[in-house]
Amino acid sequence: MAKNITNKTLIDLHACMVRIRRFEEEAGKLMEDGKIPGALHLYVGQEAVAAGVMAHLSNKDQITSTHRGHGHVIAKGGQFSPMFAELYGKSTGYCKGKGGSMHISNMALGILGANGIVGGGPPIAMGAAFSNKFRKTKQVAVTFFGDGASNEGSFHEAANMAALYQLPCVFVCENNGFGEYTRQTNHQAVTDVADRAAGYGMPGVVVDGMDVMAVYEAAEAAIKRARAGDGPTLLECKTYRYYDHVGVRGMGLTYRTDEEVDAWKQRDAINSFEAVLLKQGVLTAKKIENVYARADEEIKEGVAFAESSPFPTEEDLLEDVYFVGATS
Amino acid sequence: MSEALKEGPRMLPYVSAITEGVRQVLQEQDNAFVAGEDVGQAGSVFGYYQGLLAEFGDRRIVDTPISEKGIIGLGVGAAATGCRPIIDVMFMDFLGECMDEVANQMAKMRFMFGGGATLPVTVLTMAGAGMNLAAQHSQSWEAFLAHLPGVKVLMPSNAYDAKGMIIAAARDDNPVFVVMNKMSLAMQCEVPAEMYEVPLGKAAVVREGTGFSIFAMGRMVHEALAAAKTLEGLGVDCEVVDVRSIQPFDSETAVASIKKTHRALVVHEAVRFGGFGGEIVAQLQEEAFDYLDAPIARVGAPFSPVPYSPALEKLYIPNAERIVAEVKKVLGI
Ligand SMILES: Cc1ncc(C[n+]2csc(CCOP(=O)(O)OP(=O)(O)O)c2C)c(N)n1
Repeated sequence: MAKNITNKTLIDLHACMVRIRRFEEEAGKLMEDGKIPGALHLYVGQEAVAAGVMAHLSNKDQITSTHRGHGHVIAKGGQFSPMFAELYGKSTGYCKGKGGSMHISNMALGILGANGIVGGGPPIAMGAAFSNKFRKTKQVAVTFFGDGASNEGSFHEAANMAALYQLPCVFVCENNGFGEYTRQTNHQAVTDVADRAAGYGMPGVVVDGMDVMAVYEAAEAAIKRARAGDGPTLLECKTYRYYDHVGVRGMGLTYRTDEEVDAWKQRDAINSFEAVLLKQGVLTAKKIENVYARADEEIKEGVAFAESSPFPTEEDLLEDVYFVGATS
Repeated sequence: MSEALKEGPRMLPYVSAITEGVRQVLQEQDNAFVAGEDVGQAGSVFGYYQGLLAEFGDRRIVDTPISEKGIIGLGVGAAATGCRPIIDVMFMDFLGECMDEVANQMAKMRFMFGGGATLPVTVLTMAGAGMNLAAQHSQSWEAFLAHLPGVKVLMPSNAYDAKGMIIAAARDDNPVFVVMNKMSLAMQCEVPAEMYEVPLGKAAVVREGTGFSIFAMGRMVHEALAAAKTLEGLGVDCEVVDVRSIQPFDSETAVASIKKTHRALVVHEAVRFGGFGGEIVAQLQEEAFDYLDAPIARVGAPFSPVPYSPALEKLYIPNAERIVAEVKKVLGI
């Protein structure tokens, strides 16, 4: 057990992961029931990364997320009601129903958007980090991206510039072993994306992304370093997505074996963390149960809110294309 | 009686017509190969390369990293040096990642080199809204491409054209984009088994009429046909022209239609402002001004990114109803 993590933090990390897991399971069901349209890229399996990193960020710090963004939004403070409303395409959603799953964002929470473009996030986070340095704030910008995204030029350009300008930026690669249906060994010649950090003059760190405490500690070091003005870090978290690239089905897929999925599930971030928390007496079985019950309550409220909310109307269509009014 | 006739027409969905076109090109051209994201093992996220990896092997069906700049660059470099690449850009929106390779390299290389380089590269890509995939997975960017001297742009509205255009594109010694539509993948029509070309630069009159011309692009052709049916009930005899080839544009067929009908509307799924419809209108007023009895109407998407919400997307995408309304406006009925 990590030495420096307080019980309160441990409890928060756990609750965060459970909230993400339950939200995603429910969102998947709603998608299968045809209540949520479009495509959902679900985060189930990767919860420890969002929880462990975001624990060190305040609302003032910024993140950029990916197409697989719900977990990041929740860990950054996203509320279920406006999230579900967004997924339903309702006007009460975080983006008034205009963005949906792939563009869910909330500036007040420091979320510079999920992104439908793979590799869309890193340059934007680098820009936010530039702004943080320029404005002399102590804010940090964190960009989440996949192993697949680490092959986009945008990642490399952002990494180089962040290191060059010593920006308060942290690059968190969630290496879940696949870009869509292509295994990492078939899309890049390196095993550790973190190795790429050396090419840009920043530290590269590999961490077990199924171990929330390990992620927490590694992220702490990287974010502290960024906040202190010592420049960016590339933090690679080895993880796995339990579901298919899009949607819910996780087993019986052609591009991976069920045994492989099972092996990762054996190391499930939530289950293994709960075992630790029980053993340490940080939480009791009853208290853990309550965490799930609270998450389910939140889901019920969120879904009811989404379902009873109105759809946007024709007038909303042409709104928000430009800023209109007095200069911000 | 031939076998085909005995068995009835050979119906194929758009998605399989793509596969068949690509397969026949690979059989015909030894130096052709397919490269793109998830084209091999996965057979494309839309399923249209299904089976090709098994048939042709990974030398010719190449799975790439998520690196669009690299993928288009691969196509340009390989085309310039003796290959005939078929490059897959999964969603047209992702062209944003590689616009330099498209606009500054692929489109201009031959000209800049004084004709020294030949680039027989085909790019297959998927456009269109309608699946609630929001602003970055639903766009129609054909006008961007058509604005680039050096590339050709085709838009198949049906399975027959999809196959024939892929073959024509692959046999052409220039960069050709085949802009396909993701909502049309299941749509069937008769597709001959043999190899054939849908010639570049040729529009198709898909419904003859004398009272009004509708020039439609891509999936909007089907909306235009539905509109024509409705308008027939109102006593308007519409001609529907499937533009098919954006660059080169077949102004001859368009002018011939205007000479018959004297009134017209253009429709595309892309944003109306700055869309290719404007170019059609301009050419028609240049070449057939004397035959026009009314201003040419335009139907396209509103000036906003594609919205996610089904409630908004429904309002966003042009459809038969809007075409009918605009035609009625022109006719004052
Ligand atoms: C520029 C761009 N290219 C391709 C895609 C299609 N696409 C969506 S997600 C994805 C895989 C991304 O893999 P990775 O970055 O590892 O993230 P993961 O899905 O594993 O979370 C691809 C290829 C896209 N959305 N944007």
